[in-house]
Amino acid sequence: MHPDLLPVALTNYVGLASVIFFIGVAGVVLRRNPLIMLMSIELMWNAANLLFLAFARAWLNNAGHIFAFLVITVAAAEAAIGLAIVVVVFRSRANVDVDEIALMKG
Amino acid sequence: MTMAFWILAVLLVASAMFVITAKKPVHSVVGLLAHFFFLAITYFMLSAEFLAVIQLIVYSGAILMLFVFVIALLSSGVAPFSVGPDRLPKIAAPATLIVAVLLAFVAYSISREPAVFTPALHGIAAGPVGTAGVFGSVADFGHALFTVNLLPFEITAFILMVAVIGVILLAGDHAPYVPTRRRARIVERDMREAIVRAGEE
Repeated sequence: MHPDLLPVALTNYVGLASVIFFIGVAGVVLRRNPLIMLMSIELMWNAANLLFLAFARAWLNNAGHIFAFLVITVAAAEAAIGLAIVVVVFRSRANVDVDEIALMKG
Repeated sequence: MTMAFWILAVLLVASAMFVITAKKPVHSVVGLLAHFFFLAITYFMLSAEFLAVIQLIVYSGAILMLFVFVIALLSSGVAPFSVGPDRLPKIAAPATLIVAVLLAFVAYSISREPAVFTPALHGIAAGPVGTAGVFGSVADFGHALFTVNLLPFEITAFILMVAVIGVILLAGDHAPYVPTRRRARIVERDMREAIVRAGEE
C-alpha cells in the first residue's frame, strides 16, 4: 500500500466522528447537570477535531491541523468561561439544576 | 492498522457513552480522560503527532483538571451536587429517533460515494510517525502555523486573553456583576424602600 494513502478508509472516520458527536448531543439534551453538559460539549468539539485530522491526513494538507489547533484553543476558552458561569450560578443559588435557571427566559 | 482502528472506535464510543451516562460528574471526568487518551492514540494513527501531544497536555492536563477543581469546589459545600432526575424518561424516544435519523443520513451519504483521493497535492509526503520532515511532524506543523497561518495563531492568543479577562470578571473576588443572595436581598430592600418613598411623595 502506498504510504500516502490513508490506512483506514476515510468514511470509517466520518462515521465514528458522527457517532461520538451524537453521543455528545444526547448528553447535552438529556442530562441536567451543567458539568456533564459541558463535558458532552467537549465530546462534540473532539468529534469535529477527529474529522479535521482525518481529512487533513487523507488529503495530506495540514490546514486541518491548524483548524484543530484553533478548535482546541476555543474549547479551552469555552470550558473556562462555562465553568466560571457554573461557579457563579452555584454561588448565588446553591443549585445547579439547569431547568431552574430561567431568569433570562423572558 | 484496521484492527487497531476498530478497537479504538469501540473504546472511544464506549468511553463517550460512559461520560454521558455516569451518575456523578467525577465519574464522567474519568470517562472523558479515557476518551481523550484513546483519541490521542487515534491522532497518532492519523500522523498528527503534535496535536496528539497537545490533546493529552491541554485537554487531559488543563481542561479536565479545571473540571475536577470545579467539582471539588462545588460539592464540598451544602447540597448533594447532582440534583434532580435527568430528562431521560420524557424525551428519550424522540431524541433516539432524531439521532437514528441523522445517523442513517450520515451512513447513507458516506456509503453513496466511494471516497477517492489524490493526496500529496498540497503538502509533503506522509511517512512513519516520529520521523523528521514527514507530513504531520512537529516541524511541518510549526512551519504551517508560523508562516501561512500566523494571523490565526495571533488571534488564538487574543481569544485566550479575552477568556481570562471574562473569567476574572465573572467569578473573581470583586466581580461587579455577581448577584449573590445577600447582595440581591440588599438590592431588593433598597427597591422596596424606594417604592415606599415614591408612594409617600
